[in-house]
Amino acid sequence: MADIAIAPRAKPQLREATAWDQLRHNRNWLGFWFMLPAMGFLIFFLAYPLGLGIWLSFTDTRIGRVGHFIATENYEWLWDDSIFWLSVFNTLLYTFVASALKFAIGLYLALLLNENMPFKAMLRAMVLIPFIVPTVLSALAFWWIFDSQFSIISWSLKHLGLISQNINFLGDTTWARICVIFANIWRGVPFVAITLLAGLQTVSPSLYEAATLDGASSWQRFRYITYPLLTPIIAVVMTFSVLFTFTDFQLIWAMTRGGPVNATHLMATLSYQRAIIAGQLGEGAAISSAMIPFLLAAIMISWFGLQRRKWQQGESND
Amino acid sequence: MTDLPTRSIDLKAVLTASSPTADHSEGMSYLQSVPRRIVTLYLPLTIIVVILLFPFYWMALTSVKPDEQLLDMETYSPFWTWSPTFKHFHKLLFESYYPHWLWNTMYVAVCATVLSIIASVLAAYAIVRLRYKGANLVGGLIFLAYLVPPSILFIPLATVVFQYGLFDSPMALILTYPTILIPFSTWLLMGYFKTIPFELEECALIDGASRWQILVKIVLPLSIPGLISAFIFCFTLCWNEFIYALTFLQSTSNKTVPVAIVNEFVDGDIYRWGSLMAGALAGSLPLVILYAFFVEHYVSAMTGAVKE
Repeated sequence: MADIAIAPRAKPQLREATAWDQLRHNRNWLGFWFMLPAMGFLIFFLAYPLGLGIWLSFTDTRIGRVGHFIATENYEWLWDDSIFWLSVFNTLLYTFVASALKFAIGLYLALLLNENMPFKAMLRAMVLIPFIVPTVLSALAFWWIFDSQFSIISWSLKHLGLISQNINFLGDTTWARICVIFANIWRGVPFVAITLLAGLQTVSPSLYEAATLDGASSWQRFRYITYPLLTPIIAVVMTFSVLFTFTDFQLIWAMTRGGPVNATHLMATLSYQRAIIAGQLGEGAAISSAMIPFLLAAIMISWFGLQRRKWQQGESND
Repeated sequence: MTDLPTRSIDLKAVLTASSPTADHSEGMSYLQSVPRRIVTLYLPLTIIVVILLFPFYWMALTSVKPDEQLLDMETYSPFWTWSPTFKHFHKLLFESYYPHWLWNTMYVAVCATVLSIIASVLAAYAIVRLRYKGANLVGGLIFLAYLVPPSILFIPLATVVFQYGLFDSPMALILTYPTILIPFSTWLLMGYFKTIPFELEECALIDGASRWQILVKIVLPLSIPGLISAFIFCFTLCWNEFIYALTFLQSTSNKTVPVAIVNEFVDGDIYRWGSLMAGALAGSLPLVILYAFFVEHYVSAMTGAVKE
C-alpha cells in the first residue's frame, strides 16, 4: 500500500488555457453563452421595437409607405385632438377606479378566504377561475350579459319591479364606462386576492392573539398588524395591477371597441384604431409612446413605496 | 424588491392551508358566534363567489339553450333550460374553422412556451449561479422588460414582423410571445434555482462535471415543480394573448381562438349568441381543465412572480 503512495506518477503537463478553453470555461463567457437565447429574443423583439416605436412617433409612416422624419408634428396634432384627450381621461378614470376597487375587494376577499372554514381549498381554487379564462372570452360573456335587449340584469331588475325599461348598458356613455370597469374588476380581483392571501398566510397568528389580549379591536388588529406586514406585497401587486389596467386593450375591444361616442376608448384601443385600422402608424405610435411617462410614474411610485418600507425596516420601529 | 415578506411564502399552503402558521386548532375563532360568522364571513363570501362564477354559468347555459328560448325570456325561465341542445357546438365543430383555430392556438402556445422556457432556464441559471460580471444588472433589466406592456409594442412590432416576412404566419406569434414570457419565467425560475443548495453543485464541480452537466443532471431535476409552474403559466398567457394575434394575423384559417371568435363570429345574426357562447366556452375549457389538475402550480407561479 505504501508503495503506491510513494511512487510518484508522472504529472500531466499543465498547459496554457487556450482561447477555446477560455470561451468554454470562463465564468463571464459561459454566462454570455447561457444568456444568448433570452437576450436575442428580448433585444430583437422588445428593446428594438421599443426604440423603433419612439422613432416611428416622430415620422409620418403609414402602412405600406416609408415615413419621413417630421419632428414633433404627431404630438402637436394630438395636443389639439379632443378624442386623444378624452382617451387619456378615460384611461386615467378606468385605471384609478378599477385599481382602487380591485384592491379593496381583493383585500377583503383575501381576509375572508384566510378564515378557517369547510371547503376552503375548493373555494380558493374556484375564486381563481376568472383569472384563468382568456379575457376576451369572458368579455364576450359580459357582452351578452350587458346586451341591450336580452340582458339578464335588465330582466331580473324588471321582474323585481325596480325598473320599467331595459337599461342600455353598452349604448349609454356612463353605463358603458361602468360596465367595462366592472368587467375589469371582476377579472382582476382573483389575482389580487390570491396573491394577498399568500402574503396573509405568512403573518403569524400569535401576533393577533397577543394583540387581542392587549385589547385591540379587529380594526386595530388589521391596521397595526395585517396592513404593515402586507405593505411590500401590496406595493408589488398594485404595481402590476395598475400597469395592466392602464394598458388594457382586449377587454375594451371585445366589449365596446371604444364606443359609444369614444366614451370607453383607452389609449391602447385608440392607438390600435389609428395605427392599424386607419393605417396611420406614426400617429398610433405617438399615442402609445405617450403612455410611457404614465407607466414610468406608476413604477416610480410603487418603487418609492418599497423604499419607504425598507427605511422603516432599517429603523426597526416595529 | 428582494426582501419582501418576513417569512417565505409556503405556496402549497395558500391552497391547502397546511402551513406551520395556519394551524388547524380553532384558534381565536371560538370568540365568534355562529350567527355572527354567517353575516361577516359566509354571506359576503357567497355573494362574491356567485358574482365571480356567474358569467361562466351564463356562458354554459347560453351555449346549450335552443335559439327560441334564448330570446324569449317571458315564456321560458331564462335561468334554466329543460331541453338542452348541442346544435351550437355542432355548428362550431363542423361548420366553421373552429378546430383549425383551436389547433393554431395550441400550436403557437406550445411552441412559444417551449422556446421561452429553454431560454429562461439558461438565463436564470446564468444569473443566479454563474454570477458573471453584471449579472445583477441583467436581472434588473429583465424585470424591467416584464413591465413593458404589449400594447405599446404592437405597432413597431407589426412593422418588424412585416420586414422579416412573417406577417400572417404562426411564426410571427411564436417569435413575439417569448418577449412576454421570458421575463416572467426567468424571474420565476431564478427564485427556484436560488432554493437549490449550492453545495450540490460544488460537489458535482469537484467530481468534474461541466456547467452544462450540472444544469441538466442536477438543477433541472430538482426544479421540476418550478418548471411545471412556469410552463403552465406561460401556456395560459399565450392562450390569453390577444393584441399581437389580432395585429399580426389576417387570414381566417390562421387565427387563434380569441381573435377568431371576436372577428368571425360577431355578425349581424340575431341568433349568434348561442354559437358565440359555445365558442367562448370551448375556448376556455382546455385552460380550465389544465388549471383543475395543476392548481398549486398556478398559485405558485402567480405568487412566485410577486414575491421576488
